[in-house]
Amino acid sequence: MTDLSSEDRTAQEARLREVWRTPSGWRYWTSVNNTEIGLWYGAAAFVFMLFAGVLALLVRVQLAVPGNDFLSADMFNQAFTLHGTVMMFLFAVPIFEAVAIFLLPSMLGARELPFPRLSAFGFWSFALGGVFVCGSIFFGAAPNTGWFMYPPLATDKEYSGIGADIWLLGLSFIEVASIAAAVELIVGIMKCRAPGMRINMMPLFAWYLLIVAGMILFAFPPLIAGDILFEMERMFDWPFFDAARGGDPLLWQHLFWIFGHPEVYIIFLPAIALMAMIVPTFAQRPIVGYSWIVLAAVGTGFLSFGLWVHHMFTTGLPQISLAFFSAASEAVAIPTGVQIFVFIATMLAGRVIFSVPMLFGAGGLAIFIIGGLTGVMVALVPFDWQAHDTYFIVAHLHYVLIGGMLFPIVAGIYYYYPLLDARKLSDRLGKIAFWLMFVGFNVAFFPMHLAGLRGMPRRVFTYPADIGWDWFNLISTIGAFIFASGVTLVVIDVLRPKHRQPKGEQNPWNSGTLEWISEPEEKWGVRSIPIITSRYPIWDQPSLIEDIKAGRGYLPDAKDGARETLVTSVLDAKPIQCLRVGGTSILTIVAAFSLGGVFIALTFHWWITTIVCAIMTLAAIIAWLWTGTAVIPKEEMRDVGLGETLPLYTSGPQSVGWWAMFITMAGDGTAYASLMFGYFFYWTIHEDFTAGHAGPGMLWPLTAAGLFTLAWAAMLAARWVNETDRRGLTRLTLAVAMLLTLAACCAGLAGPYLTSMDPTVHVYPAIVWVVALWTVVHGGVAIIMQLYCLARNLAGRMSARHDMDLRNVVLYWHFLVITAITSFGVLGLFPGSR
Amino acid sequence: MRKIGAGAGLPLARRRMRAISLKVSPSGARSISRRALPILLIPLSGCTGAQSALDPAGEEAAAVFQLFLVMVVGGALIWIAVVGLLIHAGRRRETPWSAEKAGRLIAWGGVAFPVVVLLALLAYAVWLMPAIRPWLARVAPAPETIEVTGEQFWWRIRYPASDGMPGFETANELRLPVGTRTAFSLKAADVIHSFWIPALGGKMDMIPGRTNMLSLEPTRTGLFRAPCAEFCGTSHTLMAFSVVVMEPDDYATWRRAQAGGNRPGTGEGKRLFAYHGCAGCHGVRGVTGPATLGPDLTFFGQRQTVGAGTLANTAQNVARFIRDPGAVKPGAKMPAFDMLPEKDIAAIATYLVGLQ
Repeated sequence: MTDLSSEDRTAQEARLREVWRTPSGWRYWTSVNNTEIGLWYGAAAFVFMLFAGVLALLVRVQLAVPGNDFLSADMFNQAFTLHGTVMMFLFAVPIFEAVAIFLLPSMLGARELPFPRLSAFGFWSFALGGVFVCGSIFFGAAPNTGWFMYPPLATDKEYSGIGADIWLLGLSFIEVASIAAAVELIVGIMKCRAPGMRINMMPLFAWYLLIVAGMILFAFPPLIAGDILFEMERMFDWPFFDAARGGDPLLWQHLFWIFGHPEVYIIFLPAIALMAMIVPTFAQRPIVGYSWIVLAAVGTGFLSFGLWVHHMFTTGLPQISLAFFSAASEAVAIPTGVQIFVFIATMLAGRVIFSVPMLFGAGGLAIFIIGGLTGVMVALVPFDWQAHDTYFIVAHLHYVLIGGMLFPIVAGIYYYYPLLDARKLSDRLGKIAFWLMFVGFNVAFFPMHLAGLRGMPRRVFTYPADIGWDWFNLISTIGAFIFASGVTLVVIDVLRPKHRQPKGEQNPWNSGTLEWISEPEEKWGVRSIPIITSRYPIWDQPSLIEDIKAGRGYLPDAKDGARETLVTSVLDAKPIQCLRVGGTSILTIVAAFSLGGVFIALTFHWWITTIVCAIMTLAAIIAWLWTGTAVIPKEEMRDVGLGETLPLYTSGPQSVGWWAMFITMAGDGTAYASLMFGYFFYWTIHEDFTAGHAGPGMLWPLTAAGLFTLAWAAMLAARWVNETDRRGLTRLTLAVAMLLTLAACCAGLAGPYLTSMDPTVHVYPAIVWVVALWTVVHGGVAIIMQLYCLARNLAGRMSARHDMDLRNVVLYWHFLVITAITSFGVLGLFPGSR
Repeated sequence: MRKIGAGAGLPLARRRMRAISLKVSPSGARSISRRALPILLIPLSGCTGAQSALDPAGEEAAAVFQLFLVMVVGGALIWIAVVGLLIHAGRRRETPWSAEKAGRLIAWGGVAFPVVVLLALLAYAVWLMPAIRPWLARVAPAPETIEVTGEQFWWRIRYPASDGMPGFETANELRLPVGTRTAFSLKAADVIHSFWIPALGGKMDMIPGRTNMLSLEPTRTGLFRAPCAEFCGTSHTLMAFSVVVMEPDDYATWRRAQAGGNRPGTGEGKRLFAYHGCAGCHGVRGVTGPATLGPDLTFFGQRQTVGAGTLANTAQNVARFIRDPGAVKPGAKMPAFDMLPEKDIAAIATYLVGLQ
């Protein structure tokens, strides 16, 4: 490609700038640009962290001396519950979604993630849900049952009041945001890498985020399933966790920890990912053992799903299962060790330049290793019998999370700040902040090990003077304030005005990875998309930055006034499509706020508001889909530069939408599997699962399963007919499929309804109703999708060539038909009575 | 005089709380104080405590303490080695390691070493589990089973019948014979609680709808404190019981006395206890009819604390509790009796403390 004249280049840049422009005034908030969303997301998560940190300080003040009455018992219980909840759900997970949304596009050499509006939707959901959950404490209505929400304490409405509902519904809403982000990140990492960046050439950060997003997809749904059961018990008295009516409090513990343990690694792995970007930069060499660390991360991800019972060692499960989970918990130390040694090896094989990010990174590792070692201790069952639910655990988990997550985050802030502002943060303030945080942390948390072993249980609002804990607690409180002053200093360093400081160079640390090509003042992500041939392209591809800036890569222009990025193949990153992504829109905010309205109204049992908000949400989402997705382009092909021409429209597995549907449904299927786990759990713990209650019979459930199968077949037919370009017949087939679905839903409800199963009398009818309702609601969503396809067909927005909507809906149906056959097959054929 | 931590709660409680003497029936446990004497000389703010897992007085606690010591020493060495290596790696060196050499470090330090150490630890722990928590069906002779039920926020304790003596119920204070394994059948009446006597062994949850079994073998006599270890509501903090480990003979004497119940006694307090309806919830064997709503109060005067580890068991504290339980112990189910005349409350308190 020949070089353009400078006028042409300026014209290109002007067009690009116009297309990617962030709106000004109040419309700034309608921006969906990844740098804006990432920044807001991160700032919000950080503010929630500071809020939860203040709660922790209140807790520490209360415990500073024995017999203190600074906080009442109830306020203390609210404070520690909210502290844990906010740190986990509103800081630790979202901060990485924020960092990923901010960094990934440029790191992958993409202009944007594939669904920028989804990112915006996720952010607004998160922000609204977070304010709702945090705000509750100002009304004394915060959840007060611990962040683990164990029933029957948390199902006791008299005790937990509205707090438990705020927890369940507020966090379910935030979990929706997390899953949205996970879908976005997985598709982005798999499909939007720069050409040439094969999967084994991805930056480690992308690897880790891919793994973590996958974990979110399989870890959050069990909690959502648990939340559904929980809220059904609280709202409608369906006795899932009430032992007197056949329920079992332990089912919640299983579902909660199947989520809760992977959660720890969902938090920890992205922090290690930051380290994996920082360490090579300051060792000035590629990472040693790229495949070791990737395998270790994958291994950690898998193992993390097999550890949850180590939170339940004292619940009286058989020793044989305890031994199994103990072994798995020990095993996870191995990949963790590998990751630490990869960093040490990289440092040894390079020439380390010491800097504030490295200081925080190394200090964090030193702390984290203590947490890891105490983790090995508590993973041993006999020791855990003593240590469980004591301050030893409080110390352990803070060593893991603060050393393994907060310190690397601060390292990341110091490392990546120049991408925001083209200036570095202060070295001097950074060092002071580090030592305050490092010393303060250890002073605060080390004594807790001893307090715990000397018998101090967790979650006590006070303690007697003569039991030997007073000094430990006083020292911890002092340490907590030293630590807090260090955090405050970091905040000051970030917020202090820096306009007098001269702007630095674009890549101040001489890093090797692509994110450093992005320029803080340009919103286009990357001026033109390069071909990547190395894991550290800036180091290994000498003319890379110059070529990118001169527009010698792909998509150097925005001729059609649309936001465009490349879609490449999953493994080899061969260009396959020029994707037009959504731009600035208010629809995402409307959708997020009306969905938030649904959850908030449910908390207060405002049924009409709930319905109104639900309709608004549906309308906003349909408007968003109708105007923003599967748009038929004016021309089929697009010249993307470098002599390559790519289609503007793809459907099926080639398209990002298909992948997003597939991934979403994998998460949805996990939630469903968790519900079915509940069904079989109740079955196995009871001699007679049904307790003599009549089941839904065989006729209706099997009819429903049959009708769902027919409807699925009709959808397959519709797709096939559409491919042959017979629009009228497609319409007819879709209509038939819709009627079949409607009939299937009715038949599904007819079983439990006609046999008058009362879900409040016993857990058996309750779980039957839940399984049937889950399936029927999915049937209802399918009907909406079928109507949508019909409308697209009628509006001439769907054709044989342009069938993305229909193919995605058929993909949904594959999952639905499996769900339906399983649900109604189990309900009809295996009622469990003998 | 041995002190026990019983005075969690409000500052007032702290100020008013004084050393609590170990109260035992005259026939009962004089030997406890004698035997416990050497320990009493060590100030409790030192390295011992009535609620400490680091000062084991039971078989399980001792085995776990030993496991802990092994791990602490090993862990400290590993930490020093790895952090030392990290600091060394962070220093600028003239000739960096080759990638091969660094790769070997990952293989040895990150894989081989942890695999060996973790396997050894795991084997130790898995071997330990059935040793310290034996499968009760196989223990001979079968240990006696005491039923303990966690309730918000106190402990119901039922001793079974034995040696021709009837079983009996008591609350918030457990007495055990030294050198004998005793089994516990653990239940919950309302929400999840957790049974934990740190000095004797690890914990076991009490879960509604389930019965968990645990057995413990105390190895020395003494007085210990046992907190609830699972968050159970507003006054989770104020839910503890005392454990008195006794010589077998003293223990047998105590049990006989318990099974027999209190002598009816006389006095204004006894009358008021019945008159104001206390006996509707609280039973005193030998005096009132059976009542099971609240904690049993038979031989209440022998107990260390009032309100399940909340306050020292003195007449003033009992009166304070009767006046307004919620002020001492937020969330307690017992209603306030502050409408009673002060002298009635004092009389009832004196009567209860006198149930020796």
